Amino acid sequence: MNFSIYDFTSFNQWIDKFLNDNLPAFWAVAVEMVIIGVAILLFYALVGLFLVYAERKVCAFMQNRVGPNRVGPYGFFQTIADFIKLMLKELIYIKNADQLLFNLAPFIVIIASFMAIAAIPFAKGLHAIDFDIGVLYVIAVSSLGVVGILLAGWSSNNKYSLIGAMRSGAQIVSYELSVGLSLITIIILAGTMQFSEIVEGQRDGWFIFKGHIPAFIAFIIFLISSTAETNRGPFDLAEAESELTAGFHTEYSGIKFAFFFLAEYMNMFIVASIAATVFLGGWMPFHVGSWAGFNHVMDFIPPFVWYIGKTFFVIWVMMWFKWTFPRLRIDQLLTLEWKYLLPINLVNILIMAFIVLMGWHF
Amino acid sequence: MKEVINLPVKNVEEEEYHINMGPQHPSTHGVLRLVVSLQGEIVKSLKPHCGYIHRGIEKMCEKDTYPQIIHLTDRMDYLSAHINNHAVCLLVEKALEVEVPERVKYIRTIIDELNRIASHQLWWCSFGMDMGGLTCYFYGLRDREKILDIFEESFGSRLLHSSYTPGGLMMDIHPDFQKNVKAFIKYFRKKIRDYDDLLTGNMIMQMRTKGVGLLSKEDAISYGVTGPSGRASGFSCDVRKHHPYGVYDKVDFREILGTKGDTFERYMMRMNEMHESMRIIEQLIDNIPAGDYSAKMKAVLKLPAGEYYQRVEASRGELGVYCISDGNKTPYRMKFRSPNFSNLSALDHISRGVKIADLVAIGGSLDYVIPDIDR
Repeated sequence: MNFSIYDFTSFNQWIDKFLNDNLPAFWAVAVEMVIIGVAILLFYALVGLFLVYAERKVCAFMQNRVGPNRVGPYGFFQTIADFIKLMLKELIYIKNADQLLFNLAPFIVIIASFMAIAAIPFAKGLHAIDFDIGVLYVIAVSSLGVVGILLAGWSSNNKYSLIGAMRSGAQIVSYELSVGLSLITIIILAGTMQFSEIVEGQRDGWFIFKGHIPAFIAFIIFLISSTAETNRGPFDLAEAESELTAGFHTEYSGIKFAFFFLAEYMNMFIVASIAATVFLGGWMPFHVGSWAGFNHVMDFIPPFVWYIGKTFFVIWVMMWFKWTFPRLRIDQLLTLEWKYLLPINLVNILIMAFIVLMGWHF
Repeated sequence: MKEVINLPVKNVEEEEYHINMGPQHPSTHGVLRLVVSLQGEIVKSLKPHCGYIHRGIEKMCEKDTYPQIIHLTDRMDYLSAHINNHAVCLLVEKALEVEVPERVKYIRTIIDELNRIASHQLWWCSFGMDMGGLTCYFYGLRDREKILDIFEESFGSRLLHSSYTPGGLMMDIHPDFQKNVKAFIKYFRKKIRDYDDLLTGNMIMQMRTKGVGLLSKEDAISYGVTGPSGRASGFSCDVRKHHPYGVYDKVDFREILGTKGDTFERYMMRMNEMHESMRIIEQLIDNIPAGDYSAKMKAVLKLPAGEYYQRVEASRGELGVYCISDGNKTPYRMKFRSPNFSNLSALDHISRGVKIADLVAIGGSLDYVIPDIDR
């Protein structure tokens, strides 16, 4: 039995073997499901809380403030305190709201992000499900969240919410295209939709370097459109606090609001994970062609650290432009997608296909 | 026979709905209520409802003596408090035919311009926030603190210090005043470049403001839109140029005029005015003459019976003070022509046919301060 932080496969197999030896097959699977469910739930909550803290700190430094610094060391427990506060707050009952849909909406939003996280590979052998259509699955599941936002806007019986939901619907439906197409560019290069194989394919160079300029363009487009898809600034039109007070979640309070809040940050994490996995090599260390010594040193850093590092780099970039750019207007937002990103993307795919056909990539 | 009832056919596309922006809304900068008539996202018309912060300042003036009135004018446009004070002081001095010392004129002009910069800094903060760029808010406030520190050092309070009295100043400036003002100008010349980098040059900001919210020169004049908002439309209305007070006739500064009158021009007007204000201060700060900080005034001021009018260029436009005195120590009637009220009246005209997001940007560029609208 050798456990290693570089490869979790043997660890998983050991658990699987242990359970199967001691339990009937059905119960073994049931216990495994519970373990994974709890693990993902915990991971979800912790990352969500950490991201809220990180955003506060990042934006504080960009705005020459200090940020949270009272609760715990460097204010680290601030978000936990906030979360407790949100849990204890009253859930406001809205007259004339569609109660069923109103209560359902936050759950749809949070479940959508919850499902997406299951397919993401955190390290070698450390993922819940390794679909052979992983990329397609993640795109499909993450776009479910818009249903929750639309329901929230519709059912709260508030004009601000409705405008927010309208905007969000138009926005996510459009930007879904760009997210998909920019990932297809890389899928053409990788030749697979399975996340584990996509990562394996980047053993001797990340796709962003391998795929010449088209891969780089695809990365930029993915960053822009995924920011739009997660409803974050400068594309936070669905919330737009200076215009619509809080957009689709104006009427929500307490834990239901916390669900929207958490889902927003987790969507950002998921999108950043996909960017890291597909473009930046996921948990694969940084390798340079024939520099054996350098590659060896890089291999010493555990895959999980590589993965977290890359993901947080992408998250930091997204926070960076949220806190620097002003917000777009809805027509400009749609113009950007349909008149610029979509045509560029389509041409980009053709160029990538041509490069792959001719075998010009590294 | 069956009667045919012709129900009015409603075209859903053309149906309008109303939303209440305010009195509690993040972008109305206070307790202003706009009832906006919308078609989808497009603003069809809007009705401002004022009065949520009406305190009856004009009526209260009738019960107060002239030195007391100065304290009330602070509370109108609290961001250009000194300039409001200046208007009443000038009115009283004109009525009593008091000649204030040169030193007072210089100091008042410098403080007015510092106040104008501080006011425009806060406008820049909130304009950035209206556009969705929250970081602007903190940059602007950081630099505004420096000016407030200078005020605090000389006069003891930061925002509403009512340090102008009829005939002069309540107290002399701090010995470090000149040094600190010069240090501030050196500092702010550097920092204003950050403002340009962060917001002015931003492509999204320019896309959202250029060609949006047009106000023609004729409309600006007929609505009485003054100050930077009026000058953006090409309406030459700078009181400092046309009816100089203080020492504005001795300094060299430009009255910047726009041509298009869109949101971006209104934005640029204020950015340029900050530069001009710094130029004015630089010309004056080394030349403050020595002397008294106040003229000799009687203990009880009684204006001779008659009508008086005085105007000054407040940071948002022309502030007029109209006073009827019946010879008592309190005025018979006091009326303020506040710039924000007139500027707000043009909002409906400007914002027809724009999107909600533009309405917020236009509101930011008109830079209304609600206590000044309601008084």
